[in-house]
Amino acid sequence: MAAIARPGGPDGGAGTSLPRRAGAALRSAVRRGDILRWVGGIGAVIPLLALGFILVALLIDAIPAIRLNGLHFFYKSAWSYGGGYNANIVSTDGVKHLSGSDFGVLPEIAGTLITSAIALIVGVPISIGAALAIVERLPRRLANGIGIFLELLAGIPSVIIGLWGLVTFGPFIADHITPVISRNMPDVPVLNYFRGPTGSGEGLLTSGLILAIMIIPIVAATSRDLIRQVPILPREGAIALGMSDAQTARKVTLPWVGSGIVGAVVLGLGRALGETMAVAMVCGVALTTVPGNIYTTMTTISATIVTQLDGAFTDGSGFAVRTIAELALVLMVISLVVNVAARLLVRKVSGTALPVGRGV
Amino acid sequence: MSGTPAVQSVAGRGPGDPGYWPPVSRRRKIGNLAFWGVCLIALALVVVPTVWLAGGILARAIPNFHWNVLWTKTTGGLSGGLLQPIVGTLVITIAAMVIGGGISVLTGLYLSEFAVGRHRGVLRGAYEVLAGIPSIVLGFVGYIALCVDLKMGFGLLPAVLVISVLTIPYITKSTETSLAQVPTGYREGAEALGIPTSWAMRRIVLKSAVPGMITGFLVAAAIAIGETAPLIYTAYFSDQFPSAQHITHQGVPYLTYVVFYFSPFEQPSKTANILSYDAALVLFVFVLVLILLGRTVAAIARRNSE
Repeated sequence: MAAIARPGGPDGGAGTSLPRRAGAALRSAVRRGDILRWVGGIGAVIPLLALGFILVALLIDAIPAIRLNGLHFFYKSAWSYGGGYNANIVSTDGVKHLSGSDFGVLPEIAGTLITSAIALIVGVPISIGAALAIVERLPRRLANGIGIFLELLAGIPSVIIGLWGLVTFGPFIADHITPVISRNMPDVPVLNYFRGPTGSGEGLLTSGLILAIMIIPIVAATSRDLIRQVPILPREGAIALGMSDAQTARKVTLPWVGSGIVGAVVLGLGRALGETMAVAMVCGVALTTVPGNIYTTMTTISATIVTQLDGAFTDGSGFAVRTIAELALVLMVISLVVNVAARLLVRKVSGTALPVGRGV
Repeated sequence: MSGTPAVQSVAGRGPGDPGYWPPVSRRRKIGNLAFWGVCLIALALVVVPTVWLAGGILARAIPNFHWNVLWTKTTGGLSGGLLQPIVGTLVITIAAMVIGGGISVLTGLYLSEFAVGRHRGVLRGAYEVLAGIPSIVLGFVGYIALCVDLKMGFGLLPAVLVISVLTIPYITKSTETSLAQVPTGYREGAEALGIPTSWAMRRIVLKSAVPGMITGFLVAAAIAIGETAPLIYTAYFSDQFPSAQHITHQGVPYLTYVVFYFSPFEQPSKTANILSYDAALVLFVFVLVLILLGRTVAAIARRNSE
């Protein structure tokens, strides 16, 4: 860019030589790849700018809510815009809100963390087992075929998974599976969360299982690719020392790529924490109750944002939208911490970069 | 593939034979069998939900599917066909591929060919962190910053910008990775022959990276087509076709909205629900086509490189 600008400088208007000089400068810049470098540099800054823009925009909109909602926002269960029909806008500490507005997002945060935990508990062993089976037990052709299933599962829009959870999966487990579990579970600590009324299939368990289905392709595909890269020699060595196939897989192959798998799991966790549509459609959107057993309706941060923003528009003081901004900020901080931690961990331990997002 | 252990292959020989190995203990055999059995069950638990999911959607959509849904306009919001949403989804996706894709290719090119050291670390970190932001947060920021603060209203422009940001990490990653896989010898050879950098970049380096980049674009397109959360409060909805004259202040219809808002979750109406399943079917086909295209590209690239 500088090279092009120069001819237009102090003596820039000097008669007919300008186009020729500009052309020559341009040509040499093109030949040396300067233009490509500059344009590429400008392009490369855009993701950084976008990231900064997102953080700043969210923070600016959330600050009034952060000030007014205070710390008890995080350990209270409440979701009320306040006001009612004779809505009057009042001002507390310089922040406008409807009189009687009350927000506490313990259920949202708890719901997000619990559903993600269920997704990991169910999804990770399945993913790693499946990855081992694909690499060690299936012929190459069949493994490729299974690869299509994983890509399909990763590619199906989350709203379709939500629709399926709503009309097929949720009712199925509510009719055939959860009543059996609920009846037969002993009434002892921890396990008694599995007892009690089982509901209609909208709730914690369904959401967690749906999320498990959604993280499986990420964790399984990444683990599969990692396991494929384990060199043959250490495995042959293990066999030569008398280990069985299963022992080799458990004690040589998996530890070899352990940090990569941890990274993949955390990527899956990132997906589970932020997943919106599928969970919104099967969680039952209970805004103010922390789930009492594993079948009760609940909500997550993202499901609350997507279902409540419409209603928040009606708050004339704009405070409801600002509260949702704070909620979005909470979700973003949780996801970013998880994501950055996973990347740093994997880079430090194995020196390789994690794939982005959905195991691409 | 580790194959069966050598232990078993010689188990048939007697104690006196050369290469005799004491028989594998029963406990070991059972342990081995159990482990792989569990792994295969896990594999089944991956395949079964996929089939169930695909089958469940198809079973609901196909009995009520009429081809004219594809070219009938949506009317009154809840009935008719899917013409505007299909057009809207395609327009949003293609526009995001152009804007987000352009930025991503430049970013990937710069990171792989020009940037060094800390500079590169920061820029790469930025797009990787971008990948970790939940799509609903992107959608919310799109609403609050673009639609409200920058006064764009619901429309095509904010929707495309949000989807572009969403797809940047995927395309950038694949561009950077495939450029990094181009052998250094190509670049050195071009340099040695006196080929100008930009020319070498275009004709030699970029050309060898194209299949990988296309795969990245296809993945990003599949994600863009399937996104709902970032669009609900940026594109909103309308029964108008997206148009270049109204890129702001006019809602844009798209398929995932139909799946969500016409579903039994939001609408009791039977005709609306049928449209929801139809939209899901169309999306499903789109994604399937993109996946198969990606596989074809990868297969062709592999054949050419061998």
